[in-house]
Amino acid sequence: MKYWRAVLVNGMLWLAALLAIAPLLWMVSVSLMHSGEASNYPPPLLPVSPSLDCYRELFRSGGFGRAFLVSLGLATMSTLVSTLLNALAGYGFAKLQFKGRDRLFALLLGALVIPGQVGMLPLFLMLKQIGLVNTWAGVLLPSLAGIFGIFLVRQYAAGLPGELIEAARIDGAGEWRIFRVIVLPLLTPVLVTLAVLSFLGSWNDFMWPLIVLTDGHLYTLPVALAALSREYVQDVELMMAGAVITVLPVLLLFVALQRYYLQGLLMGGVKQ
Amino acid sequence: MTRTQWAGLGFVLPALTVIGLFFVVPVVAGLGLSLTDFDLYALVSLKNLRWVWLDNYFTLLQQPLFWKALGNTVYFVVLGVPLSIALSLGTAVLLQSPLVRFKPLLRTALFAPVVTTLVAVAVIWRYLFHTRYGLVNEALQALGLNPVDWLGDPRWSMPTIILFAAWKNFGGNMIIFMAALQAIPSDLYEAARIDGAKAWAQFRHITLPSLAPTTLMIGILTTAGYFQLFAEPYVMTQGGPLQSTVSVLYLMYDQGFKWWNLGTASAVAFLLFGLIVLVTRSLMKLANRGASA
Amino acid sequence: MKSRRGVLAALLGAATAPLSATLAGCAGNAGPLRFWGMGREGVVVAELLDGFRREHPGIDVQVEQLPWTAAHEKLLTAFAGDATPDVAQLGNTWVAELAALGALAPLDGRVAASPVVQEDDYFSGIWHTNIVDGKLLGLPWYVDTRLLFYRRDLLARAGFDHPPRDWEEWRKQLRALQRIGVAQPLILPNNEFEPLLALALQQDEPLLREFNTRGNFQSAGFERALAFYLGLIRDGFAPVESDQQISNVWQEFGRGRFAFYIAGPWNIGEFRRRMPAEFKNAWGTAPLPGPTGLGASTAGGSSLVIFERSRRKPEAFKLIEYFARPEVQGRFYDLTGDLPPRKSSWAWPALAADTRARAFAEQLERVRPTPPVPEWERIVNEMQLHAARAAAEGGSAADTARAIDTSVDTILAKRRWLHQRGRA
Repeated sequence: MKYWRAVLVNGMLWLAALLAIAPLLWMVSVSLMHSGEASNYPPPLLPVSPSLDCYRELFRSGGFGRAFLVSLGLATMSTLVSTLLNALAGYGFAKLQFKGRDRLFALLLGALVIPGQVGMLPLFLMLKQIGLVNTWAGVLLPSLAGIFGIFLVRQYAAGLPGELIEAARIDGAGEWRIFRVIVLPLLTPVLVTLAVLSFLGSWNDFMWPLIVLTDGHLYTLPVALAALSREYVQDVELMMAGAVITVLPVLLLFVALQRYYLQGLLMGGVKQ
Repeated sequence: MTRTQWAGLGFVLPALTVIGLFFVVPVVAGLGLSLTDFDLYALVSLKNLRWVWLDNYFTLLQQPLFWKALGNTVYFVVLGVPLSIALSLGTAVLLQSPLVRFKPLLRTALFAPVVTTLVAVAVIWRYLFHTRYGLVNEALQALGLNPVDWLGDPRWSMPTIILFAAWKNFGGNMIIFMAALQAIPSDLYEAARIDGAKAWAQFRHITLPSLAPTTLMIGILTTAGYFQLFAEPYVMTQGGPLQSTVSVLYLMYDQGFKWWNLGTASAVAFLLFGLIVLVTRSLMKLANRGASA
Repeated sequence: MKSRRGVLAALLGAATAPLSATLAGCAGNAGPLRFWGMGREGVVVAELLDGFRREHPGIDVQVEQLPWTAAHEKLLTAFAGDATPDVAQLGNTWVAELAALGALAPLDGRVAASPVVQEDDYFSGIWHTNIVDGKLLGLPWYVDTRLLFYRRDLLARAGFDHPPRDWEEWRKQLRALQRIGVAQPLILPNNEFEPLLALALQQDEPLLREFNTRGNFQSAGFERALAFYLGLIRDGFAPVESDQQISNVWQEFGRGRFAFYIAGPWNIGEFRRRMPAEFKNAWGTAPLPGPTGLGASTAGGSSLVIFERSRRKPEAFKLIEYFARPEVQGRFYDLTGDLPPRKSSWAWPALAADTRARAFAEQLERVRPTPPVPEWERIVNEMQLHAARAAAEGGSAADTARAIDTSVDTILAKRRWLHQRGRA
């Protein structure tokens, strides 16, 4: 009896897992096909003779090599700066008293409900005034700090032992020194989580770079892929190669660091 | 103010400046824009700008396209949220079973869609669901069913997007459910088993009630998120066919970035915001009333 | 405090230093000459530029290729964000739109001084679509119109030795094709407005009235065109599909699934390239049939424009001038099948020998412009949306026309207000 139940449970999970990653497997398979192979009836599952032609084409004339570097650069920059700023603010809200601190934090949390797109158009006009439209700085600036990130750090920092910090203060250490020497090491787990979340968010960001960047040679990967998909509707194989280049790095990053990523989700989700 | 208090302010100031400048100010400016008829002509010269106060809102509420977009979005939410939550809960419960082998591998596979880039997977799905050359119709025909015009038939376009969103997002909530399931004390299940309760009864009377607060929270967050449907219609259907996949945010993008009617677009965004607040508040009130009943 | 601020400042400085270098590159005059091309022309331009680069080694031309589906959006976004290129290819209906926004630089002076550009060598109707408020704002690059591509052999099998000469005959031919087994002989993608627009332009009444501040879609002429269009679909001559669903049009045309396609001159090249070899002579082009004889069509095409905010206008004009040379236009035709706007360019050997292009020359004698208002793109999209819905769900031509007029009047509300104040 138990044997059949085990078969059922495992079987259903394997089916679900297969359905979950099947599109991704198909993506890789088609990306290795020759041009026109996939638009046949019946549609093929595996390439007849796998080739890297589509990848070569994308890197040579599709500008994907450049878009990859742009995405990498922007995501790295965004992650470094936002992790720092969010860590500072999160610690400040958790452990440093100042007037109106808790009310301000509650206000910030409330602002989480506001959909980001509400401010996109005015932000675009603002950036136009200072000449940052169609620049990487324009893409980067709004992502340099985030309410959710501050929240994560604050929740974690609130749980840090206060005695260590107090003792250091009594010894005469400055706040910045305390943060750098004592708090940062203790915050490392949540910071790694924050960094992973931040990197993924920046890499996958689509709408804002789409709006801000008009020059093709400044595109990030998602925007380049979207542009490609509008123009080359017929070339499935090329699209899939582009999709692989866009998806694979973050998938690998996730698999390597999934412990931290999932931790972040849990902290944000369960501990309300 | 003591030194600590100055430090506190100093620590939060950089992040708050970024948020203030690049989020709060634009949102407030958006509110202002929604009270004007800012459009292309106004971009040329501000003399062409008029203050119309609440006219944008009234006009929107009288436009059939707005109601269609709202209807499409509500359709997406009403069908999509329960589907997504059911998938997440189902897989979480299955994964928690002690009978499972290779649990980390399964969990990674089930979660993988969440981290993928939306644009990339939307392009993949567009091809998988192609009427003639897509694998999905191929599979349907192998089972002896008729092929469906998934993205070209106005009746099937939104269901396809709902399916897509469920596939992409169920992993996230699955993880949260798993953590919540782990928090349920095992002696509850022991006691029930000794009393002779079967697996389904255990699920109904122990698991579900214990999960109620988590389910509520997930429901509210997913609902609020789903109301912001945009990228999927943008990549897969461009709002078509026959505007059957125009969501409220897609309408905002259309008005704002295709035609540069920033006044109207901002009004759409704020209407959406008000709607999300209304719905989430109502959900919470309903849940409270249910809990106290 | 000081050291913390210092660290932060250093970090931000380091973070933005490479960015500001890029910023300077993007905004400075030392940068390349930016050219935006669209669709197939954007792809081909790179080849044509070899000659230009040899003559002007100091000018670095950077070509950006935009898909047509996103081009209009990108142009307006670039205008709103002060990020317009130096030169761009513009569909000529968009010239009026961007002109109304003051985005384009007048070319009269430079054209008058140029030895290459001769105004009287151009088709006058096309030249005049580029004149807004008395100023020349674009130089025609290629001309375009819509006419009939058809399968000669299928028509012959159905019993006809010539393409249709009016609407009545067209319907007769469609019915005959159905009888020989071509179930739905006409491709009419429900997301393309050009076919309905062409039919509408064949009527006498204009599409907008009252100084282009109100819709005129309830006129008898438009309703007649709309009724004919809906009739083609309702009577089963055309499937209700978008061009994405048809996907490979040429393949389907070659497979005999369709016998008629309303398309533009670039398809001459595409058909030659993509149709299966055995059908090389099985297809032809013909002018559009009108209600009572051969009819008018859209006065399309693209122009080359210089943006007002460009800081390199002299070099930009050199580029435009290069494309205006008859031999460059001839090579352009070879590469794209696009038809030149200069009469002398039609003497290019490949073009003069092309029998299929002749139908275009004939149709170009009968083209009509669309109203030059900035909202035109929206209006024509709105028109198609209503028509597509009526085709799929079954509304009457009269009701649909009324709905179109209501939408259009709303779209033009701001223009009416500006017109009352004498500003439009």
